[in-house]
Amino acid sequence: MTPLLSADGITVRYGSLAALDGVDLRIAAGQRHALIGPNGAGKTTLLDVLAGSTRAGGGRVLLGGRDVTRLGPAARARRGIGRIHQRPAVWSTLTVRENVLVAALPRAVRPGRWHPSARRRAAERTADALLARVGLTGIAAVPAGHLAHGQRRQVEIAVGLAGRPRLLLLDEPAAGLSAVEVGWLLEFLRALPRAVAVLLVEHRLDLVYALCDTVTVLRDGRTLATGTPAEIRASGPVREAYAEGVA
Amino acid sequence: MRQGAVRALRRGVAAAVVAALVLAPWTVDDYTVALLARTLALGLVAVSVGLLTGVAGLPTLGQTAPYAAGAYASAVVGSHLSDVGLVHLGVAAAAGAALAAVTVPLVVSARGVVLLMITLAVGELAVTVVGRWRSVTGGTDGLAGVPASRPLWGMPLLATDRARYLYTLVVVAALVGVVLLVLRTRVGLLLRAGRDDEARLRASGHRVPVHVAGVHVAAGAVAGAAGSLLVVAQQFVSPADFGFDTSALLLLGVVIGGTVSVGGALIGAALVVAARDWLFGVLPGQAPLVLGLAFVAAVHLLPDGGRRPPVRGRLLPAVPARRAAQDRPTPTGVRA
Repeated sequence: MTPLLSADGITVRYGSLAALDGVDLRIAAGQRHALIGPNGAGKTTLLDVLAGSTRAGGGRVLLGGRDVTRLGPAARARRGIGRIHQRPAVWSTLTVRENVLVAALPRAVRPGRWHPSARRRAAERTADALLARVGLTGIAAVPAGHLAHGQRRQVEIAVGLAGRPRLLLLDEPAAGLSAVEVGWLLEFLRALPRAVAVLLVEHRLDLVYALCDTVTVLRDGRTLATGTPAEIRASGPVREAYAEGVA
Repeated sequence: MRQGAVRALRRGVAAAVVAALVLAPWTVDDYTVALLARTLALGLVAVSVGLLTGVAGLPTLGQTAPYAAGAYASAVVGSHLSDVGLVHLGVAAAAGAALAAVTVPLVVSARGVVLLMITLAVGELAVTVVGRWRSVTGGTDGLAGVPASRPLWGMPLLATDRARYLYTLVVVAALVGVVLLVLRTRVGLLLRAGRDDEARLRASGHRVPVHVAGVHVAAGAVAGAAGSLLVVAQQFVSPADFGFDTSALLLLGVVIGGTVSVGGALIGAALVVAARDWLFGVLPGQAPLVLGLAFVAAVHLLPDGGRRPPVRGRLLPAVPARRAAQDRPTPTGVRA
């Protein structure tokens, strides 16, 4: 069966430094896949390559069997790749509802729905449903720039889902959240429908092991190991890599 | 409560300004009426600058180029083909939009200071071209004696300063209304989102270059229409109307008026024209100083272009910037 996402031999170099050196990755539809490793291992760079915001020097990326290597971030987003950034990126002068609405608009374009107001109404329905799911309906009219960090993270999750992604790339979503907020995040991600595959970059291994069924470990831009959480926990080289320090 | 009061105050000021503009031809002399008509035309260009700089986050010093294209197209059509103002407006808007469309490849991927420099170069090139294309533009002498126009077929000619002013006022009001209406649609939403975080907008699947090209061409059409109004107001056009000082005054007016407000752009343009043309007589030689002070005050009091109220701590007693951590709501509603 064709994997949802297939990255083969991804290489990214900055001068003589190889940020990624021939990394392979397979993600099946609906899979919860984690990417872990020490700082500087190349995790965020790999997400950038998959999202299209960084051009790989070598290798190719297939989404649903179609080559998207040469496509930019907008085209990949329209094909179903959503992204949640390490630092919550919101449109600060737009309200919370407008943030989600903007992200919902591209996927509101469908055959037969040609009138802009019909598209907008469809996007508004999507936005309102997502705001209810993440619990932000009460502050929908507040400018996103006025929100606290945890609420911005909620907005970004709603924005990421508004594009109805087939694959959601999450870059350290728990960073800066309180224990209560991390608990909410875990429950929310667990409740995501299986139509959405997840690639999670995270340093909090408790969150990784609680959510994901497959874990890939990167180190110095190379794949160190891929396996189930139990296999990764038992792996000697992985424990060694983490003993050298993971934040 | 405070927001409601501010909103009521804004509406009151806007109503007073509109009433003053409508009554102006009957309360001031002809010279001032003619000056107001030219100011309205320049104010409409400022709206196009505000649309690009404030709403879309694409700073520009080059809106004088479509302004000039619209003015000369209108003057040529008015002199040889038609005396109908609506025709002039359509041709001028098309000329401004066409010129803006030609420059889209230059501006679509540039941002910030680079964009400012490119648009400055486009504006200066436009002035050079109209100064040298004597057969069409009259060169540095300009085109004088452009015949009076009539707003629509069958209507009387705009033969007096009052008539020309009222025509200009109606057209500016209509076009500003259209701009405001469009900005309330998803177009305005996407432009503001692009200004806040363009990379995020791309990552959400939006074709940002199409948005940039679209707003650039639309702003060109608005500036072109303003060029037509300039010709109606002064029945004369020359390269001197489109020099760098005009570009700088427009940007200054938009900053003073609050970059994100269309009405603010109009008021800002009016203030800089007033400073330039009226203070010249009252405070000889001091107009640039007054404009500079107004610019410094605008940047200090509205550091983000008026998107939010002024930082209170700057002029008023400081207030806590953040709520205490225990008061911050959490995703589950439970206090952290």
